[in-house]
Amino acid sequence: MTTDTALSTPDIAGDSLAHEAWRRLRQNRAATASLVLLALVALACIAGPWLTPWTLDEVDWNAFLSAPSAADGHYAGTDANGRDLLTRVLHGGRVSLSVALVATFVSLVIGVLYGAVAGYLGGRVDTLMMRFVDIMYSLPFMFLVILLMVVFGRNILLIYAAIGAVEWLDMSRIVRGQVLALKRREFVEAAQALGVRRHTIVTRHLIPNALGPVVVYVTLTVPKVILLESFLSFLGLGVQEPLTSWGVLISEGKDMMETAPWMLLVPSALLATTLLCLNFLGDGLRDALDPKTR
Amino acid sequence: MITPRLAAGSLLLAATCLALPVNAETLRLAIMGEPASLDPHKISGTWENDVVGDLFEGLVTEAADGTRIPGVAESWEVAEDGTTYTFTLREDAAWSDGTPVTADDFVFAFRRILDPATAASYAYLLYPVKNAEAVFKGDAEPGALGIEALDDHTLEIRLERSTPYFLDQLAHYTAYPVPRHVVEAHGDDWSSPEHMVTNGAFALQKWQSQTRIEATRNPHFHDAENVALDEVIYFPIEERNTALNRFRAGEIDIAREFPTQQYAWLQENLPEAVQVAPYLGIYYYVFNARGDSATADPRVREALSLAVRREVITDQILGTGEEPAYGFVPPNVAHYEGAELDFADLSQEERLTRARTLMEEAGYGPDNPLELLLRYNTSEDHRKVAIALAAMWKPLGVEVELYNAEVAVHYADIRQGDFDVARAGWIGDYNDAQNFLSLLEGGVANNYGAYQNDAFDALMDQAAETQDTDARAELMAEAEAQALADNATLPLYYYVSRNLVSPTLSGWQTNIEDIHRSRWIDFEE
Amino acid sequence: MLRYTLTRLLQAIPTLWIVITLSFFLMHLAPGGPFDGERQLPPEIEANLMATYHLDEPVWQQYLIYMGNLVQGDLGPSFKYKDFTVTELVSQGFPVSLELGFWAIGLALLIGLPLGVIAALRRNSTVDYLVMGTALAGVAVPNFVIAPLLALVFGVILGWLPVGGWNDGAWPNLVLPVVALSIQQIAYIARMMRASMIEILGSHFIRTARAKGLTETEVIWRHALRPAMLPVVSYLGPAIAGIITGSVVIEQIFGIPGIGRYFVQAALNRDYTLVMGTVVFYGALIVLLNLLVDLLYSALDPQIRYDD
Repeated sequence: MTTDTALSTPDIAGDSLAHEAWRRLRQNRAATASLVLLALVALACIAGPWLTPWTLDEVDWNAFLSAPSAADGHYAGTDANGRDLLTRVLHGGRVSLSVALVATFVSLVIGVLYGAVAGYLGGRVDTLMMRFVDIMYSLPFMFLVILLMVVFGRNILLIYAAIGAVEWLDMSRIVRGQVLALKRREFVEAAQALGVRRHTIVTRHLIPNALGPVVVYVTLTVPKVILLESFLSFLGLGVQEPLTSWGVLISEGKDMMETAPWMLLVPSALLATTLLCLNFLGDGLRDALDPKTR
Repeated sequence: MITPRLAAGSLLLAATCLALPVNAETLRLAIMGEPASLDPHKISGTWENDVVGDLFEGLVTEAADGTRIPGVAESWEVAEDGTTYTFTLREDAAWSDGTPVTADDFVFAFRRILDPATAASYAYLLYPVKNAEAVFKGDAEPGALGIEALDDHTLEIRLERSTPYFLDQLAHYTAYPVPRHVVEAHGDDWSSPEHMVTNGAFALQKWQSQTRIEATRNPHFHDAENVALDEVIYFPIEERNTALNRFRAGEIDIAREFPTQQYAWLQENLPEAVQVAPYLGIYYYVFNARGDSATADPRVREALSLAVRREVITDQILGTGEEPAYGFVPPNVAHYEGAELDFADLSQEERLTRARTLMEEAGYGPDNPLELLLRYNTSEDHRKVAIALAAMWKPLGVEVELYNAEVAVHYADIRQGDFDVARAGWIGDYNDAQNFLSLLEGGVANNYGAYQNDAFDALMDQAAETQDTDARAELMAEAEAQALADNATLPLYYYVSRNLVSPTLSGWQTNIEDIHRSRWIDFEE
Repeated sequence: MLRYTLTRLLQAIPTLWIVITLSFFLMHLAPGGPFDGERQLPPEIEANLMATYHLDEPVWQQYLIYMGNLVQGDLGPSFKYKDFTVTELVSQGFPVSLELGFWAIGLALLIGLPLGVIAALRRNSTVDYLVMGTALAGVAVPNFVIAPLLALVFGVILGWLPVGGWNDGAWPNLVLPVVALSIQQIAYIARMMRASMIEILGSHFIRTARAKGLTETEVIWRHALRPAMLPVVSYLGPAIAGIITGSVVIEQIFGIPGIGRYFVQAALNRDYTLVMGTVVFYGALIVLLNLLVDLLYSALDPQIRYDD
């Protein structure tokens, strides 16, 4: 992230960056629509399971593998066990989204701490710490995650931690780069020399420069984690019944694409929507937060 | 035959090329897994049997309908007391390198599979042979084994005791001969494609692991002129859906299994290819009878068994024609009339009422719900059944925790007793009730739930000593009734075999053991 | 350059050692063992087998034995596939996985790069949205859905291509797995290329080039393309890792005899030696490919020199 362009932009006094970023984000129609859709999906997953007429593991003995129908209250059909698919998909969304958020959070905490320490201390410590990250990059990590799942069983907490532990590497590199740049803070010195107030420097230059890439990266990590979870589910290493996740549901549904397409389509549609929205939002955020595109 | 690689100038050309009928005398068979080995002493899976059974022939072999017919032995005599068998081997039996198959090859094979160093997981099937168990466990010299070559074409096998199913067992791969001259020359490497020599209808040509195994007709096979196929290619395909898709695309002629959930679709779209038949197997749930488990209480076991609506599982959840099980030994087992659970005739309401009473007696109710750990091994069907069981037990106030693990962990854990109820299944090794009932004998390794009833064990011992077929069957039926009365296990359904067989083939006959040798298969003109 | 390469290779040794050690102990921590299954061996026989494979010894001792054999290049026999050694299995499967992965990466670059450039040149136009929307669809659906879908449509219904199998790598058998494997990477590469192309096109030196009166085509071909590709090149490392992970799924669904699916199967079967063999192999492969990527990077970026 170069910083020279920050100086060439005219300083619009009184308009804080968060405000400006928000304004720019709202101008991006794809990003705004994504944000709204994401909120809707999240809300549906949180509240939905209480509103549907069925519970997660309730079996409707009269409706095995029945197609979507409003008449019997199975708005998205049922699975091979006669359980309401809509309820399960929304419930699965809770699991998938929570895995994504928690794992991303874990990676964020480790990555930010590690990257900040490396960047702040600099010198040989920095070299050493980054060398370690390089080494970690060349580990076949997916294999370790699979081994972890095999060793400790299908535990949702473990999925959180394992995936988080895999994803922190990129984050630490990004944060380190930011901290190094901030330490040099030529533009900060320059801004000071121009008589810009300290408060403005912090809000206008420091925070956005550190935060921007991290926020963008988070929106890119979340979809990666969701896909990773579905990959584990495909291998049969997903969450235990009666809990479910989008990955589990899709991997059940893929074998039924001709006979009971709703079992594949409903969870896939939600997953795809979420992933697409997160990607659009990530792009939008990058545009909105990147000082260079201003 | 033009290979696609040579002909393929464009996608279209490739498509027409692939649509051409392949060499009509090559059978393409999808087997359900990669064989661990092709050495008959190192295998244990049905998919391995599909290949190895085409490559080898025992003293006795299977006809197209699974009944036993003479194989390498053309005739045999059984002594009065049923403990000595004398086989006359056919003169024209030969290995695929032209060497004659002799009685000595059988002696060598039996000693090899029972050698503790071979560590054959299926060696116990030969325990009826005199001293087999002692030899296998290292307590006796290999020479003590009750098998002897009287001359090149006369073989004598002595048994521990009269065993009515012994002849049937001789068709099993544990009793195949192995070529002594090759095994001694190449050691463990003898079963590699470049060395392997076999005595069956087909001879191994090539084995590319995880892709294909190719075998061609063995010209030295004694019945070679009646083998229609020139070649068999076995494709190991673990994904059932991939097997189905490849069958639909015409890439394979026989798929040895198809996914249950596609049955309805198949009946509608490929009715002439679907082959479903009763199979010699029981799908059941093990109750943990060890002291600390709630299911050690027979009342709880009975209540749980009562609450299960087996017909819902067979008709709604699986729907592939499985028969609900109210006994432990599958129907159609030879010379056997089994017992049945006493509530088989009750209506579902009556069963549930009785189950509730039993649960109350056992001290469970709304204030003290029964909590169960249910374990099952990873599989789509097992998962569906486990979920259904949990739902069916809910009306009794039972709270079920479902735990799924891969097969190795599953069985290791349930042997440790770390469960209350657990999924299990048994496919008969041979067509006899004893093979099933012995699972419930005290102290047996495969008695996962540690069910123990001395009366049951005594009846089984007595049956083992009984030579008269009818009397023996009655004793075993009595034992089964005892186990059912104790609700030793929770029988759910009797397996069916599910094959997809191209309508262009002839010679396929469904049978209870689901054994199909390629030598009987032919393409219809 | 040579010194740098050698240093990197030397550094790979501790990396591999960490991977191997970690995997070894994890694997041996897992419940169940290679001889557990539905039908149990008599205890005498099992004890016999355990002794043959040193499984009755303490894990750290087994570890030392394993490392000793490994140093001598012996990966041991497979517990499950008794007719093969691990080295045989890996060397049979690896060329297959390599071919699959090579084509997948190739296809991803071949399609992803131009898509990204086109989208960048027509930024915020219908073309841009169309291209990026399609590419994104590749990220939004898991490959274990795309793969059977492709097989169903092009194999079963249309009958154009084989549904599965390897057939010694004949190209009709390659098409569907390669496409299924590369779709996700196409999307990532296209997005990355678009972003970096936009950034380059807006930079000073491109403005200078334009000011010198070069045509737009010349500007793009001579000046913009190479620097714009740098982020994509540095992404190749993760892309390769992604392809390897993806191949676990693709090989299983299309029945391809690569080593990707060995790993999962072996882990589930507790086939200790095969698990370790795959880990050793993939570890080495990833180290090597990452090195190649870095060398490629330095070749493309004149600002980076590894010779100091």
